[in-house]
Amino acid sequence: MSSANGNLLEVNDLRTYFETEDGIVKAVDGISFNLRRGETLGIVGESGSGKSVTNLSIIRLVPNPPGKIVAGEVVFNGQDILLLPAEEVRKIRGRRIAMIFQDPMTSLNPFLKISRQLMEVTQLHLGHTKAQAYEHAIKMLETVGIPDARTRVDNYPHEFSGGMRQRVMIAMALSCEPELLIADEPTTALDVTIQAQILELIKSLKEKTGTSVILITHDLGVVAGMTDHVIVMYAGKIFEQAKTAGLFARPGNPYTKGLLRSVPDPTAEQGQLYQIPGSPPDVAHLKPGCPFAPRCERAEEICHREFPPFVELTPDHHSLCHFAQEVFAASDGATNS
Amino acid sequence: MATVETKSDATPLLSLRDLKVHFDLGSQSMLDRVIQPGRSKRIVKAVDGVSLDIRHGETLGLVGESGCGKSTLGRAVLRLTEPTSGQVLFRNQDLAHLSNRELREQRRHLQIIFQDPYASLNPRMTIGQIIREPLDTFGLARGADAERRVRDLLETVGLSQRFIKRYPHEFSGGQRQRIGIARALAVDPDFIVADEPISALDVSIQAQILNLLEQLQRKKNLTYLFISHDLRAIRHISDRAAVMYLGKVVELGEAKTIYDDPLMPYTKALISAVPVPDPKIESARKRIVLEGDVPSPINPPNGCRFHTRCPFAIEACREVEPQLLEIKPAHFAACIRISPDQPNIEKVAPGAAPGLDMNQKMNAQTS
Repeated sequence: MSSANGNLLEVNDLRTYFETEDGIVKAVDGISFNLRRGETLGIVGESGSGKSVTNLSIIRLVPNPPGKIVAGEVVFNGQDILLLPAEEVRKIRGRRIAMIFQDPMTSLNPFLKISRQLMEVTQLHLGHTKAQAYEHAIKMLETVGIPDARTRVDNYPHEFSGGMRQRVMIAMALSCEPELLIADEPTTALDVTIQAQILELIKSLKEKTGTSVILITHDLGVVAGMTDHVIVMYAGKIFEQAKTAGLFARPGNPYTKGLLRSVPDPTAEQGQLYQIPGSPPDVAHLKPGCPFAPRCERAEEICHREFPPFVELTPDHHSLCHFAQEVFAASDGATNS
Repeated sequence: MATVETKSDATPLLSLRDLKVHFDLGSQSMLDRVIQPGRSKRIVKAVDGVSLDIRHGETLGLVGESGCGKSTLGRAVLRLTEPTSGQVLFRNQDLAHLSNRELREQRRHLQIIFQDPYASLNPRMTIGQIIREPLDTFGLARGADAERRVRDLLETVGLSQRFIKRYPHEFSGGQRQRIGIARALAVDPDFIVADEPISALDVSIQAQILNLLEQLQRKKNLTYLFISHDLRAIRHISDRAAVMYLGKVVELGEAKTIYDDPLMPYTKALISAVPVPDPKIESARKRIVLEGDVPSPINPPNGCRFHTRCPFAIEACREVEPQLLEIKPAHFAACIRISPDQPNIEKVAPGAAPGLDMNQKMNAQTS
C-alpha cells in the first residue's frame, strides 16, 4: 500500500512550465516535498508564486497547452502519477485524491441539482446504484452540517449561500473517502465567520477520516491554525519549508520574515507597518540570482548574481537563501511579528 | 480606558443622520401577488438608519461581512448611490439634498478609492489622463501646470514619473491601487472613502498601501472612512471603528477598544474568527464559531437582527429593536442584554436583559 517510509505523497523536482507569447513561464520550477498520512501541509504564497499550479500538477489538471509538466515525479502511494495513462489518473482523481477550489460559485454546475452532482461522484467511482448514491449524498450533506439535508439535497446551487456551497463542495470531495484532500484557497471567497466554520469543518473531518490535506492559501493566519508543515513559495520555488511551529517561531528566510511582519498585529501598538518593497516578479522574465533579491533588505551583491542554495537549518527546516543561517540565527527568539 | 481621540479634534467633518438606503426589487410575480398579497413588495434595506460622526483628521473604520451594507453606506455618502432618507452633513451642508450642480462642487472635497483596481481605471486612458481628468473636470489646472500636478501626484503615491504615458494594463494590482489613490488626491479632497482598498491585493502589497494611506493622511490632513471586512487592517489603520450587521451599526468605539474588549456578541465572534499568524495562539484559543449565515437583508429578522445567530439571544431579542447606546465611555453598542452597569454579557444572569428599559425608552422616543 503506502511506501515504506510512511509517505502518502512524494513530489520530487516537479517542474511545470507554460509557453506564452512572453516566453516560457516557469510557474513551478523544481519543487520537492513529502506528505505523510494524516498530515496537513500548508502551501503559502502570493499570486503567481506557483502554489496552485503545483497542485494542479499533482492531479494532472494543468491545461495543456499552454502548460506542461516538463520534469519530476509525483509519487502517490508508491506510484508515479505522472507516468500513469490518463485513464488511470481519472480513477485516482476524485476517488483517492479530491479537490476543493476557491470559488464555490463557479465549481458547481448551476443547471444540476445538488443531489445529481453528488451522486455522480459515487456512481462513477464507487459503483453506487442510484438509490445508494442518493442516500449517500444525503449522508454526506449531513456530515458537512447542512441542516435539513433530505430536502436540501434536491435544491439547485443558487439556492445555497456561499458558505453552504463550499460545504457542498467539501461533501462532494469527501464522498469517496479520499486519502488526500487538496484545498486550494477554500475560504478566500468567504466571510470571516463563515471561514471559521469551514476551517473547523475541514479540521474535524480530517480528524475523523484520517485524510491527508494540502491547504493552499495566502493567509498566514489560516496556515498557523490548520497545518503541521508549511511550504512558502515565491516565483515558482520553495523559499522555506518547515514544521509550522518552527517556521512561525523562527523563520529562516527574509521573504517569510517580511510576510510575517507585514500582517498587522492587532495586539501590538500601531505604528508604521513593515512593508516588503516592490511587487512579486514577472516569472517570465526572471533575472539570474535570487528572484526575491530586488525586494530583499538583506540582499547583497551575490544575491543578484548567483541563485541561492537550499540550506538545511535543522533536519526539517530548509531555506532558499545565501544567508539562511544568519537570518535563522537572527530570528531566534526575536522578531517573528 | 476609553480616552477620546488622539490625533483628531472632536468636531465632525461629516455626519450621517438616520441614513437609509433601500433598494426596491420590484413586485414579485403575478402568482405571488395572488397568494401573498401583502408581501408583494420586496425591499432590500441595505443601510437602515445609520447615524455616525466622522471627525476631522480621523480614520473611521467600517467593518462587517458581505451584505452588511458597508459599501452601500460608503457610496451613499458621496451620493454615488442615492440615499432613501436621512442626512449626510458635510461641513453642516446636507449632501443628500443638494442639486446636482451643488453636489458637483462639493464632490471636489469628497473622493473615493475603489476595491478593484482592475475595474476602476479606464483601460483606454493613459495614467496621465486618468489622474488629470479630475483636474480638468473641476477646472483646477491647465496645460503645463496640470502636467506638473500629475507628475507630483505620481511621485506622492510612490510611482515613477516615467509611467505617465502608460496604460493601466501595464501595471500590477498594487500599482493600480496607487493610481486610484493619485486620482482621488488630484482634487485635493478633505475626505476620502476607501472602499476595501486592500482586499484585492497580495499580502506583501497590502502593507504598502496601508502605509501609503497613513502617510498621506498625515501629510495632507485627510479624513478617511475606511471600509473593510478585514479586522486586522481596520484595527491597524483606524482611530475609531464601527461594526455593521445587516444595515445597522451595532458597535462603535475606539478601534483598539473594540478589538481588545468588544461588547457585542457579534463583534466578539467576528474577532475570534480572525486567524492569527501564530500557531501557539491558534492552538490555544477558543474560537466562537457562529452558526448559520447572515440572513437576507430582504426580510431582515425583527428585533435584534443578530438574534438568529447569537449565542446569547433571549426571547426579548426577537421583539425589541436595540439602539446604539453608550455602554462604556465613548464605546457604544446595540444590545438589550448589556447596560452601562452590566457591560459584560458573559456575566449577565441567564435570561436577564439589563439594557431592556433603556432601549424601550429610546424606542418610544423615536417612534
